[in-house]
Order: sequence, then C-alpha cells, then structure tokens
Amino acid sequence: MKKHYNIAIVGGGPAGTTAARFAAARGVSVVLFEKDREIGVPVRCAEGVAEDVLAKYIEIDSRWIASRITAFGFHSPSGIEIAFQSATARGCVLHRRLFDHALAELASEAGAEIYTKAYVHSLRKNGPKSTLGLRYIGQEKEITADIVIAADGIESRIAHLAGIKTKLAFRDIEPCAQMQLANIDIHPERCDFYLSEKWAPGGYVWVFPKGARTANVGLGINGIHAGPKSALNYLQDFVKEHFPKATVLTTTAAGVPVAQTLKQLVADGLMIIGDAARQVNPLTGGGISAALAAGKMAGQVAAEAIKADDNSARRLTSYQKEWEKTYGKESRRYYRLKDWVMGLTDQDFEDIAAALAKEPPEEITLVKIFKQAVRKKPSLIIDVLKVFAGL
Amino acid sequence: MILVDVNLCDLCGTCIAVCPVDCIELTEFDLKISHESCIQCNACIKICPFAALTSANVEVMEDEKTL
Repeated sequence: MKKHYNIAIVGGGPAGTTAARFAAARGVSVVLFEKDREIGVPVRCAEGVAEDVLAKYIEIDSRWIASRITAFGFHSPSGIEIAFQSATARGCVLHRRLFDHALAELASEAGAEIYTKAYVHSLRKNGPKSTLGLRYIGQEKEITADIVIAADGIESRIAHLAGIKTKLAFRDIEPCAQMQLANIDIHPERCDFYLSEKWAPGGYVWVFPKGARTANVGLGINGIHAGPKSALNYLQDFVKEHFPKATVLTTTAAGVPVAQTLKQLVADGLMIIGDAARQVNPLTGGGISAALAAGKMAGQVAAEAIKADDNSARRLTSYQKEWEKTYGKESRRYYRLKDWVMGLTDQDFEDIAAALAKEPPEEITLVKIFKQAVRKKPSLIIDVLKVFAGL
Repeated sequence: MILVDVNLCDLCGTCIAVCPVDCIELTEFDLKISHESCIQCNACIKICPFAALTSANVEVMEDEKTL
C-alpha cells in the first residue's frame, strides 16, 4: 500500500469496483478499500438484473449467471396469479459473489489496487487532499488521496463524515430479509412477486430462481411499517406458508434505500456513488444497474479531474450533471410511482389482479399492469408509459 | 441504552442509515453503538430487519457503568 493515491474508493460493491476500473484505465493511481474479507460477500441482494443493461458495462459470462429470466408472475393477496412472458425484456439472476469478483478483476487489470479486510474509519480534509484512516488486517494505516469516492452502500458514512446529509427517512428505506431456499417447486425462468400487506407491507416478496429448484426468496417492508414485526419474521411466515419443506441455504438481512438520489453527489475532493448516493430504483429496489452507471461516470470524471489537476466540487460536478441528465427524470418518475404503489391496499391489489385476469395472458405487459395500478391517479400514467415503454 | 444481540445481528448496516446522530459503527465483525452520543430515539431498533437491537432500561445502564 502506498502513502498517496490520486483516487481512493471506499467500498468494493459493483459501484466501487466499476469506478476503480474506469478511473484506473485512464492512467491515474487508484486504490479501493473493502471492509469485508472478500469482495462480493455476503450477498445482500435479490440478484436480478436486466441483461442488456449489464452488457453495457461487462462482457456477459455464463459463469456468473444463475438463471435466465423470460417471464414474470404477480400474485394478489388472495392468490390470483398474473403471469406473462416478457416479449423484449431479458433478465437474469446473478451469482453476485462471482459477478462482483469479475468486476474486481477488471478493476485490477486496469491497474487499481484492491484491499479487502480494510475498514476505513475516518476521513478528514487536509488542504486539497483527504486523509483516510483505516484498519487493514489488524494494522492501523493512513493514506492520502486527491479524490475520495464513497461507495460504501446503505450506511453512507463516508459522505456523512464529509458533512453531506445522507440519513434516510423511514418511508425512504426498506428493511429486507432474504433466504436462499433449495428443494422447492418454482418456475425456473420466471421472477415472481407477491403483493400483500400481510406478507410485506409497503414492499413485496420476491422469488428469483437460481437454478431449477433453488431461489432467492426475500422481501422488503417499508420503513414506516417496521417495528412491531421484523422483516425476518414476515419472511419466516411467508416461507412457512409457501415453501414449508424448503431447505434454507442462507438467511441474510439488508437495507435498501428507496429514496430520491442525494441532492449533493460531489464536494471538494469527494464523489458519492451507488447505494451510498441513493442511486437505487425506488420502485423495484434494484441497484445494480445504477451502481454500474454511476461507477463508470464517476470513475471517468475523477480521472479527468486528476489529469487537469483540479479536484474541486466545481470540476467534479460534471459527474452529477451527467447523472441528472441520464437518470434524473427517470428516477423521479420511479419515485412518484413508488409513493403511489406503497399506498395501495390489499383490496386495490385484488381489483388490479381481477381486472388483469380477464385479459389474455399473451397481451399482458408491465405497462398494462402499472396502468391498472395507477388508474385512480391518472397523472401517473405518463410516468408508467415512460418508464415501462418497451418492457 | 441500545443492546445488540450478536447472535441475531447480520451486520447489514440498515440501522446506520437511519441513525440521526450517527453513533453506530459497523466493521466486518462488529456493530458498535456509542452510548455517549446515542439519543435513545430507537430508530435503529424499529428499522432492524432482524430485530437484533433492543433498548435496556436505565437500571441496566447504571449496572453497566459500575462494571
């Protein structure tokens, strides 16, 4: 480990490793610190992602694809099932551990240094540079960097240490629990969603296949419903009723930000990306594609800033501008839809399912489902058409 | 004071995202709550996906102090 790097990245998820790759590829010195012992572990993720989005950032490798997805199933509280093949959208369920390794390998080959078991505990400004204090395999270390990229996930403590407001309101966070279940009957090419206040108030249950008889089964509840019963207890009840004979291979907790993107994504010598920047689709809770996009943008902007010898917020703000231009409007649309969907009752879900059940399955699309969901709030129809067009 | 059940805590960091005074620190193996800065708002207890956090009464806190 050197004493100084142009760019120091905190967090080794997809956002961090992607930023590391695109920055290092431009010939600046890059270091990445991951607090856990291994990149990609533990997996706190349902692992579903659209394949065409992935392909923009990494060559698809069947080794880290667990399942290919061609269909979706939605389940109403009383058990009405609306299932349909997706005409255009191709999804997959990843092996995140292997996928994250692949991203880290690309970063390493581009020239980035990566340290695991490296916990960054302090950050202070030191003139134009930042000083990071960390514990690396039991030893205290200190390094300096011209630019720090905070990719430290839901906690978002690095940005907080820099004085940026990152704390989430309860309605903007979903505590989640997930089990990987084996020996269960599933549709191996279908992602299923269960909507009900009973199973997951203010959120949903997902069943994402990871093979013929294995799946990630998990749920998120909205923060405003959290407290009396934990996400884990909700999941235990769901699994008991739907998969009573399953073998539980993993049990994991996670928090997903379902917020608007942070208002401030940069400061002098600092950039924030991924979950830490609340760059998550607030309707679905999906964060992989946004993490890759933000990582690439931030990595490139950071490297160019180093070359121009200017790490000021004014310079780094071109990352924020690019993010806003590319995803700002879309993510606000998703946020409005999330706000609406979160307020739907079990009766609303039944009515939506009953209306869709009358349609021939081959004519059902995500646009149709969400148009039905927002029928009492026509102002959201444009948002539905814009975000689900072509899906 | 807030107690962490280490058998339940999955070290996911969700509590940190809602802590208004940022008094929680998460390392690879440990979730630490600074009782000096904690304002006992119980946000972390409510949000925890695994219900791993509980609030202990003041008597216990006094006991802890004497330990």
